[in-house]
Amino acid sequence: MIPEKKTESPLASYRALDLTDENGFLCGKIFADLGMDVIKIEKPGGDAARRLGPFYHDIPDPEKSLYWLAYNTSKRSITLNIESPDGQEIFKRLVKTAHFVFECFPPGYMDSLGLDYQVLAEINPGIIMTSITPFGQMGPYSNYKGADIVALAMGGLMQLCGYPDRAPLRWGLEQSWPQAGAQAAMGTIIAHYHRLVSGEGQHVDVSVRDCMIWSAYPSPQNWSMVKKIVGRTGFTAPRGHLNLRLNHRCKDGYVAWMPWRGEVTKKLVEYMGEEGVGGSLRETDWDQVNMEEVNQEQIDRWQDDIERFCLNHTKAELHNEVMKRGLMLWPMNDVKDLREMSQLLARHFWVDVEHPELNDTVIYPGPPVKTGEGYWQIRRRAPLIGEHNEEVYKGELGFSESQLVVLRQAGVI
Amino acid sequence: MGKSALEGVKVVDLGVTVTAPLACKILGMYGATVVKVEGPPHTLRFDPLRMYPPFLDGIAGVNRSGSFAEYNGSTLGITIDLRQPRGMELMCKLVTWCDVLVENFSAGTLKRMGLDYDELVKLNPDIILAMTATAGETGPAAAQPGTGLQLQSASGLTHLLGWPDRPPVGSPNAYTDYIGPWYLVIAIIAALEHRMRTGKGQWIDMSQLEAAVTFLSPAVLDYTTNGRVLHAQGNSCPYAAPHGAYRCQGDDRWCVIAVFTDEEWRAFCQVIGNQELAHDPRFETILGRKENEEELNRLVESWTMGHTPEEVMAVVQEAGVPAGVVLNGRDLYEDPQLKLRNHFQNVFHPEMGTTYGSTSGLLLSKTPCRLGPPPCLGEHTEYVCREILELSDKEFVELLNEGIFGAL
Amino acid sequence: MKKGALEGLRVLDFTVMAAGPLVTKFLSDHGAEVIKLESTVRPDVIRTFIPFAGGTPGINRSITFAEGNTGKYSFRLNLSHPLGIDIAKRLASCCDIVVENFNPGVMKKHGLTYDDLTKIKSDVIMVSMSGLGQSGPHSRHRNIGLSIQALAGINHFTGWPDRAPIGYSIPYPDVIIPWFALLALMAAVDYRKRTGKGQYIDVTMLETSLHFLAPALLDYTANGREGTRMGNRCAYAAPHGVYRCQGEDRWCAIEVFNDDWPSFCKVLGNPAWSKEPQFATLLGRKENEEELDRLVEDWTAKRSAEEVMSLMQQAGVGAGVVQNAEDIADKDPHFKYRQFYQVVEHPEIGAYECPTASFKLSKTPCELSPAPCLGEHNEYVCTKILGMSDKEFSELVASGVFE
Repeated sequence: MIPEKKTESPLASYRALDLTDENGFLCGKIFADLGMDVIKIEKPGGDAARRLGPFYHDIPDPEKSLYWLAYNTSKRSITLNIESPDGQEIFKRLVKTAHFVFECFPPGYMDSLGLDYQVLAEINPGIIMTSITPFGQMGPYSNYKGADIVALAMGGLMQLCGYPDRAPLRWGLEQSWPQAGAQAAMGTIIAHYHRLVSGEGQHVDVSVRDCMIWSAYPSPQNWSMVKKIVGRTGFTAPRGHLNLRLNHRCKDGYVAWMPWRGEVTKKLVEYMGEEGVGGSLRETDWDQVNMEEVNQEQIDRWQDDIERFCLNHTKAELHNEVMKRGLMLWPMNDVKDLREMSQLLARHFWVDVEHPELNDTVIYPGPPVKTGEGYWQIRRRAPLIGEHNEEVYKGELGFSESQLVVLRQAGVI
Repeated sequence: MGKSALEGVKVVDLGVTVTAPLACKILGMYGATVVKVEGPPHTLRFDPLRMYPPFLDGIAGVNRSGSFAEYNGSTLGITIDLRQPRGMELMCKLVTWCDVLVENFSAGTLKRMGLDYDELVKLNPDIILAMTATAGETGPAAAQPGTGLQLQSASGLTHLLGWPDRPPVGSPNAYTDYIGPWYLVIAIIAALEHRMRTGKGQWIDMSQLEAAVTFLSPAVLDYTTNGRVLHAQGNSCPYAAPHGAYRCQGDDRWCVIAVFTDEEWRAFCQVIGNQELAHDPRFETILGRKENEEELNRLVESWTMGHTPEEVMAVVQEAGVPAGVVLNGRDLYEDPQLKLRNHFQNVFHPEMGTTYGSTSGLLLSKTPCRLGPPPCLGEHTEYVCREILELSDKEFVELLNEGIFGAL
Repeated sequence: MKKGALEGLRVLDFTVMAAGPLVTKFLSDHGAEVIKLESTVRPDVIRTFIPFAGGTPGINRSITFAEGNTGKYSFRLNLSHPLGIDIAKRLASCCDIVVENFNPGVMKKHGLTYDDLTKIKSDVIMVSMSGLGQSGPHSRHRNIGLSIQALAGINHFTGWPDRAPIGYSIPYPDVIIPWFALLALMAAVDYRKRTGKGQYIDVTMLETSLHFLAPALLDYTANGREGTRMGNRCAYAAPHGVYRCQGEDRWCAIEVFNDDWPSFCKVLGNPAWSKEPQFATLLGRKENEEELDRLVEDWTAKRSAEEVMSLMQQAGVGAGVVQNAEDIADKDPHFKYRQFYQVVEHPEIGAYECPTASFKLSKTPCELSPAPCLGEHNEYVCTKILGMSDKEFSELVASGVFE
């Protein structure tokens, strides 16, 4: 394995002011893990999203929200009430030396405080402001209240998920939040590249709902190509005229497999043959098969055969064999399985993060990307509420201790 | 009209199916020049997604796949037979030309092709190589092929979508394909800046599996700190009720409603005109609503069944309570908010004519994205050779006659 | 039988002056039988304080005494008489609670300490209130409320920064200690109900007063910082102070916290000066506070204190007239509404208004009865509570023990 160096991040000299809620945490986290100084600005007392569970040892404390901890690594935190004139003045001072502002307030809120993009751009023409809202800054739905299930419904994904005889389903863990956060970061860094070249900042308007539309494949595509409305098909997935089962029972759970032209299926058939199983899969010429010409009956036969084979094996057995032979068969994992997965362990995917205030070291998923220069890292745990007030207000902005005491009592910080 | 954020960035896309091509489409939509390299038709080494439905009007063809079109917009297409030495030579010219090379083969494939990082830097010392194999470049599963359809299960996501009393179903698509590309684009642009500052390129190894697992982080932490395994929960939310999808008037028409606070509950009861419900002691508190959730859902649905989902959404949103229609493909295309945001843009394609594709959930005020058409197979071979690589007429014709671009 | 939340409780009351009797007054007003021990030889000095009813002095005419001793039984007893202590002990044996606020050592001298009394009634609850405590190097110091006030740091924190400390002109600790004493006492009563056990409560004016300064004390113990007088200022609000209004010696207090500033300015009609940048933020207003106070007072000086308060309160800004006695007794409609004063009929004073409690119990509101004349209940207590025969009572009267 090529060892990862840890050189200085290209983003280390930038600063972001992060006023996001759960819809945008991941945006700031990505940049913070990439080495940027991302300052989470929380209202005095802490972000409302710190009430999101699950909680560390089930203690519902604002410093123990696992949702918050998961998606705010590497950031600093200050408390600031931007609804007060004192707070607005401080915020504007911070904007002067910042490069990014991330926020998730309802459209019009920042305007009402005199902190909209136009104003900030006058203070700092190069500023990039990324606003994440359920439906975007303008339009007939811009004042609609958002929720994860709403984004998934109106993003087109729920239409596809679940069983025909029951309601459409959403994910059991919010997905629109990290989707919006990651895509917002992507839009932000594209805007940032433009600024590198031109010196111009701009406003990035992110709609959480719109970010989900990628996940609605193949719903919009079926409409635009064949004017077909795709619906729920239960345990199967539509593929043109066919319904494929993506997952098949095995001894202790499920494995994911689908028929695929070429070597991968040929080798699988070989493996099955060694155990005296084959059936319809063995009879097919996997070099020549044309899925457009296969019918549902054939698919069902293949799938029954695969399941018959898999039912004799556990997930672990199958996966080990499959890795040796390079087959396209993967276990359906839960988080426990993931923690034990050899592939993730071998790549050192899991990261130990110190939590001195909990007197504990917690295992986190590591960065999503490994780079040769090694600057995408979990740098430290998510900050405590206002953990960096002194560093920023006193150390950098030059407030005296007594001024900070006044501001705290007046609810400004 | 807007400016182009990534103008001048040069990308070669060796990717297939979704993750790599989609990342390249994003780069292309924002102005990068993206050249997709595929094998000529007779080699069958073109992007297999070209053979994936839905096809325009249901007629199959390598230039008619709506799936391929979706993930390869704003991309130029060249066909090169890489099995031939002169084909590889041409490929090397592209390597020298580009800033970024993107691919998503399983680990080891690039090396077999002679295009691994150590080889690439000999041609282009500061190249950025963005690799995104299913499970990464290293580890026991690195060489194992996989698509997003399997990865959704392997990454723990499938397990989380379903009814508690039935096997989990996940989403019937390669959901993990819609996680990786964002991270990849970010890594690529960060690498471009790094190169601006230091002159150095680098390799990027994004395991699609690892990228997907980051979208499960809270559940991971719940396991590593509390030993708890998260399972599919239907549509329920631990701290909200009513919360779910409710049947409405029409054929398979639904609206979701999410009531998080007692205040929203009161507003909801008022706006649906059911004061009795508002005062029913079983439902006054969140704990009460969770305890009596089945009955609550029945009562809510008895109201929604009498209205279209659009009516339900409008009425409930009016009360300041989250609600949304479960939209199908046609609904998405007709959605007024998406129209305003110019989400689906039309492109003209030589074979498919005018078609539409998704852009993104982002509106950049100064550098908006512009969707370009996906390439027909080998459509821009000549353009790439002459205009981008600046081959002479003689060189181009030679390659053509040697069958580098297609069967003779 | 008296009625009220504490009906059935009987208290032997050795207290004198203000702080002690306030405790037993609250007990009495809420239904407890309080037997107040008094003596002609050494009457409660409060009986000699002005003001007197109608301006005419008399041992039963002190208004202060009348307000602080409602509903108690006055039992004249000379503790120095040979028979005095025995009578006191007999009384103690019929009481649940004993309260005293003598200088430490006095009850010991009389042989009436907690240890002594538990021999008579094992589950007795005894409360000893003192300036500085029953023991310790200064416990024998002669202290009244004013000196305790100084010892407790209250004077240090009250006044103008550029002038000497002034504190309050009334013995402020006298009206701090009763609440703590009552709380501890009620907890002890509850404890005894559950366990059958009494106990001894040693409560001091100094320590209870210190509670009211706790943040300043912590600022010293944790931060080594000495706080000081701030006049009427507040560290985290501006404007904040007392502003002169129309009329003679009429003032209104105004407190503008951070969120109130726009409403405050609106009340003043958004004058040009209020829009100046130095006043836009709290930190700015603190830095320019002198000028700010002058500008505010320019406005208040043209209005009555009542008008200032009313306009401010309507806008949601805290404000209150600096009320004098007439304001409180006669003018303030809120006091009247709350029925803070009850009218009580006294055999010598006639009808007088008496403060009730600063809280209202919904099921057992307090009903005031008049304060006793000196020795008014000797016969009642002896015959009805101690169960003496008429003969025994007469003999004791003759002995002079009730002088």
